Amino acid sequence: MVGSNSFGNRIFRLYLPLAFYAVFLLFPFAWMLIVSLKPDRLLLDTNANPFFLIGATIEHYRYLFTETEFLRWTLNTFVVTVGATVLSLLCSVLIGYALGRFRFPGGNLWGVVIFLAYLVPPTLLFIPLAQVVSRFGLYNQYWALIFTYPTFLIPFASWLLMGYFRTIPVELEQAALVDGATRFQAMWRIVMPLALPGVLSAGIFCFTLGWNEFLYALVLMGSGEMKTVPVGVVSDLIRSDVYQWGSLMAAGILGSVPVAIAYSFFVDNYISGLTAGATKG
Amino acid sequence: MSVVPVRAANPTIPRRRPSGWARFMERESTLAYLFMVPGGLVLLLFMAYPFLLGIYYSLTDKTVGFADFEFIWFQNYRFLLEDTIFLRTVQNTFVYGLVTVPFKLLLGLGMALALNQTFRFSRFLRAGLLLPWIVPTAISSLAFLMLFDSVSSPITWLLRDWGLIGAADRINFLGSRANAMASICLANVWRGIPFFAVSILAGLQAVSPDLHEAAALDGASPFQRFLSVTLPTIRNIVLISTLFSLIWTFSDFQLIYVLTKGGPASSTHIFGTYAYETMGFSDVGQAAAIALSLFPVLAVVGILLLRYIRAED
Repeated sequence: MVGSNSFGNRIFRLYLPLAFYAVFLLFPFAWMLIVSLKPDRLLLDTNANPFFLIGATIEHYRYLFTETEFLRWTLNTFVVTVGATVLSLLCSVLIGYALGRFRFPGGNLWGVVIFLAYLVPPTLLFIPLAQVVSRFGLYNQYWALIFTYPTFLIPFASWLLMGYFRTIPVELEQAALVDGATRFQAMWRIVMPLALPGVLSAGIFCFTLGWNEFLYALVLMGSGEMKTVPVGVVSDLIRSDVYQWGSLMAAGILGSVPVAIAYSFFVDNYISGLTAGATKG
Repeated sequence: MSVVPVRAANPTIPRRRPSGWARFMERESTLAYLFMVPGGLVLLLFMAYPFLLGIYYSLTDKTVGFADFEFIWFQNYRFLLEDTIFLRTVQNTFVYGLVTVPFKLLLGLGMALALNQTFRFSRFLRAGLLLPWIVPTAISSLAFLMLFDSVSSPITWLLRDWGLIGAADRINFLGSRANAMASICLANVWRGIPFFAVSILAGLQAVSPDLHEAAALDGASPFQRFLSVTLPTIRNIVLISTLFSLIWTFSDFQLIYVLTKGGPASSTHIFGTYAYETMGFSDVGQAAAIALSLFPVLAVVGILLLRYIRAED
């Protein structure tokens, strides 16, 4: 144990690994930022050192806002993500409450069903779902995604909230009932305020998952001006074999900002949510 | 909550058991099922229904644009068994999952162990290093598209600068099947490390420092302590994260769609991209069969996962 906290030891056990991870995991972002600010003249010069940024320009960002539908895509993504998040949270709070706090026959089974629903990936469903959505007359409308994103948001959020509701002592609710509150009052006034951090975690999760979704957006809302940011960037900004790297990377940076902000405000909720979802019920 | 006035206004309900309806409504099982109605409806319409419809379509020759189609039993699946692209797709999917998941696990474990120590700015770094997992994959894949570009790649530039390759040499990162698979796997590992790191980091909080100290006093080396104290505590979390990651990797779509679209020459397809491409040829029945072929694999992993999750409870 001697010297296990010495500086030399720390270099190998802490600083070197951290440096490796920081460089490996953050380099693509740094690269996107550099390219997005670089003049085309330098981007085309394959002999120049590509890591240096000389004569930074916001030309690519300007192009994005004035020559492409980027703002419209952002609006689309926002509407769809917020809509799907609100719908999913409403449904999930109820399901999570039912499965987390009520004892009833079949309760465990429904918990398993919800968990299995979480494991069903969009890859498995997108083909028939496209038919279903157009049969319901929702194709290429906001509703197409507002109703389909919850198929992966509700199972996850319900599972997370179910675990959260279980941690709130039943005695609190019972005390309220004894004092003459109705069940709904006890739920709304006593349990819900305590569950708010869990609901917040679930909400952030739904928001980032919705913002990042690609396959459903591509298949169900991928035409004309109804594209979401990830789909629009990938399908409209890549036009030919000559890539407009500058504007592509600028779009990458801007498209990441909303989730990065949402998440930096609530990073602790996010981490606890991620692990709750990954490790327990 | 409007129950009370209704009952008061209705004289046929005897006053002695005023709470017949109310009591039914207050019963936990009634409420529980009532609570599950909205979410259940959404899942029924947009998940269960399409799932069953997909099974049905996969047994028909349905195409886009034609209303008529016939039930053809397992012909779509039989066709797949002789489709060389599909067989390669199966192979690719397993390579993709079974190669990347161990790397993600080991590198994620390393990152968790590094982050679990106390150092300055640890909160800041922990948040920053999670970014690959947070940011839309379609977008981060664009960064990799450029890193793997045969002309603009800075990796090529570096190798030239260091004299490892000739000044005019190019590397076709996405140009051949082997290169493309390797490049795709690298991008996938990059995206998946933070998930493992954060999950395992949470598990590490449960490792008892007392036990570590006791083992150290008994003369156990750090590595022995890791094996006999740390590992048993995080075993379940590691298993669960691994299975989750397997499911997500097998059913991936966007990373490969952006980087290669399944090319060159349909050699890097996985289930999702191949099904998508087939649907582009308007062959709905065949595409549904491709997508559903993934189901048995997912079911096996899912059942394993369910067992460990329940053990965790």
